[in-house]
Amino acid sequence: MRRTDSIPLQRLPNWLLAVLPLALLAVLLVAFLGLNPLAYFTGAFPPLEEITIQRVLFPTNGQIQLEVINGGPDPVTIAQVLVDDAYWQHQVSPDKTLERLETATINIPYPWVDGEPLPITLITSTGLTFTEEVEVAVESPAVDSGTFLAYGLLGIYVGVIPVTLGMIWYPFMRRVDQKWMSAILALTIGLLVFLFVDTLLEALEIATEIPGVFQGVPLVIFGTLFSLGVLLAVGERRGGQTPLGIASLIALGIGLHNFGEGLAIGAAFATGAAALGSFLVIGFTLHNITEGVGIVAPLTRQERPPMRTFLLLALLAGGPAILGTWIGGFAFSPVLAVLFLSIGAGAILQVIWEVSKLLLRDARRTEQPALSWLNFAGLTAGILVMYLTAFLVKF
Amino acid sequence: MDKNKQGVSRRDFLKTGGVGAVGLAGLTGLARLGVPATSAAQDNGDQQETHMAHHGAGTVGQVDHAANGFDPHEILYDFDYGEIVGRENGRDIREWTMVAMDREFEIAPGLFFPGWVYGSTTSAASRRAGRIVGQCPGPTLRCIEGERLRVRFTNASSHPHTIHFHGIHSAFMDGIPGVGRGNVNPGETFVYEFNAQPFGCHLYHCHALPLKRHIHKGLYGAFIVDPDPEKYSGEEKEIAKTRNHQYPENQAVNEMVMVMNAFDTNFDGDNEVYAVNSIAFAYGMDNPITITGDKLQRIYLVNITEFDPINSLHIHANFFNYFDHGTTLQPTLKTVDTIMQCQAQRGIVEVSFTGFEPGMYMFHAHQSEFAELGWMGFFDLQGED
Repeated sequence: MRRTDSIPLQRLPNWLLAVLPLALLAVLLVAFLGLNPLAYFTGAFPPLEEITIQRVLFPTNGQIQLEVINGGPDPVTIAQVLVDDAYWQHQVSPDKTLERLETATINIPYPWVDGEPLPITLITSTGLTFTEEVEVAVESPAVDSGTFLAYGLLGIYVGVIPVTLGMIWYPFMRRVDQKWMSAILALTIGLLVFLFVDTLLEALEIATEIPGVFQGVPLVIFGTLFSLGVLLAVGERRGGQTPLGIASLIALGIGLHNFGEGLAIGAAFATGAAALGSFLVIGFTLHNITEGVGIVAPLTRQERPPMRTFLLLALLAGGPAILGTWIGGFAFSPVLAVLFLSIGAGAILQVIWEVSKLLLRDARRTEQPALSWLNFAGLTAGILVMYLTAFLVKF
Repeated sequence: MDKNKQGVSRRDFLKTGGVGAVGLAGLTGLARLGVPATSAAQDNGDQQETHMAHHGAGTVGQVDHAANGFDPHEILYDFDYGEIVGRENGRDIREWTMVAMDREFEIAPGLFFPGWVYGSTTSAASRRAGRIVGQCPGPTLRCIEGERLRVRFTNASSHPHTIHFHGIHSAFMDGIPGVGRGNVNPGETFVYEFNAQPFGCHLYHCHALPLKRHIHKGLYGAFIVDPDPEKYSGEEKEIAKTRNHQYPENQAVNEMVMVMNAFDTNFDGDNEVYAVNSIAFAYGMDNPITITGDKLQRIYLVNITEFDPINSLHIHANFFNYFDHGTTLQPTLKTVDTIMQCQAQRGIVEVSFTGFEPGMYMFHAHQSEFAELGWMGFFDLQGED
């Protein structure tokens, strides 16, 4: 006997059943906005204002440029601008009232003093103030061929060259016996673990400074997981892992990480925080040399690949640093920085995964314990080297 | 274990060397680009921008005085004489009707402050509007030494307030919470009554608690008591005549009221806007105070700035005499160009521009921070016709 529904639901087409709740939701939202039942709560509250100054640029002597965004729920009108506790002439484009998530550029003709700090404050129509303390006023890089080349070379120097130098350990690595090879892999894992933690923390630091609407910290976590997932999936697809395949994946992961590093370096040089100058560059070089070791480690047990392969791997790992330095220097956006840094962190996680698999495979093959004391020493050494060389770049 | 070729082939060597050479070239290139082109950057356009940048102080836009209902250029010259309603015991009775209200007003272009203000029925702003207009600073009440004063105060605000006068009066009429009538609650009325004494430049303000907030939200105004020439003789009598608004000698003096005040717009205990008569840069270069050299300039200067220990006045290119509290007929300070006042200190500044070249003469607080945040203005001295 056929069951009968109270409503002849089986007669309704699929698409209607799918769309029905959405249609009802739309009706509910319209009614909600129209009737405004929450007026009881909102009453006489002043608007919730939040303005974030995302970038401060000093395009030339006597000019300051701010990039601001309204990260709050209510529209904000910028009434006046104060530079160093003095009201100053300025121009807001496109206009002084920013809707939710709208951005604006403020141009201020102000005789800033080279190398000195400068507090800049925006005051809204309701009297709330938002201040950015520029630590040191330095002329921003002009977008011309000279600075373009300079930042590009910077990226090569901190990205491609150290990785290449690290790869020159390849002949040495080919000669050592298995247990030392495993120790070297452990060292690589150690330095990768350090890189992961470092990148994650850097991403989190910037994440706390972006407007809350972008949910910086969840973005970091999801970015990391997302890139890890994508890379793992790509890795699985390649089927039987060839040594070259593993090395390429490692190079890719390190490349993504170096993109984030390039962003940080480019932004630091552009905002004058690179008073560390050569210290910074030397530090990053030492830091990244060990990455070259990790990339060629899977290639030691097979026939030596052609030189072209090493070059391509070096470009894959180091090249993104050039791109990152360009973007960091000329078009830095904190939200994108958080995103790219977290993608880099996820990539590092994937590399750790790949190299660990290598280590475990070798251990199984030679019937040695994976976490031998030698391997553990290698792991520790990796982390220690990175920690100590970081003294040159952290402040 | 594989044994790598022991030697390094020539090709490998050249390749490694090539990479190294590129790296070195890059380094030197980087170094050369790093040298800043110093003098080359100082082209004309750069200098022009620097030049313009130095003149860029001040707010952007205009305050809508019509929307505020009061105008700093009007408040400058507005003396609220109230109304003489009768005589008692041989002296005039002068009355004012005053109200306290909540009002949001514009203190700098685009910047609004949620204030508490006084208004009176006989201020210029109220007479113009046909109703009581709350203004900041409050109306300048002016009377003559010895009169009996009555201030009918109605609280139309949402918080209790008082009016505390700086003068000589009984404790009951002092206008502080807990003494006499104490707070005048919303909707209530109270009549403050006392004699006008001593003569001088004084002020009134709300003394409800918390005191900082009740003052800095705008409840204050100047209170002037003219000396009565009948009480003096000789030179003092002549001076008193110039200070009394009922005597023709007073016409030879250009009298102005300047109440130095400031606003803490984000309520963090620091002022964001400084001004005289509330509006930042109100008497700036594009809207100066027009004066002529034939009259003596007299400024009734009152300081009611909250949060900052002192305020000051400096007049450019000239020196003046200062009457501390205005309670003397002779100056208390002669030939000075900068005086300071702490909160509720006040006085009379008398300065003459007779014989000066026409032009813009700046005046401002000589705390540069206050000047740059709005407390500065210009006298525009007109030429002889």
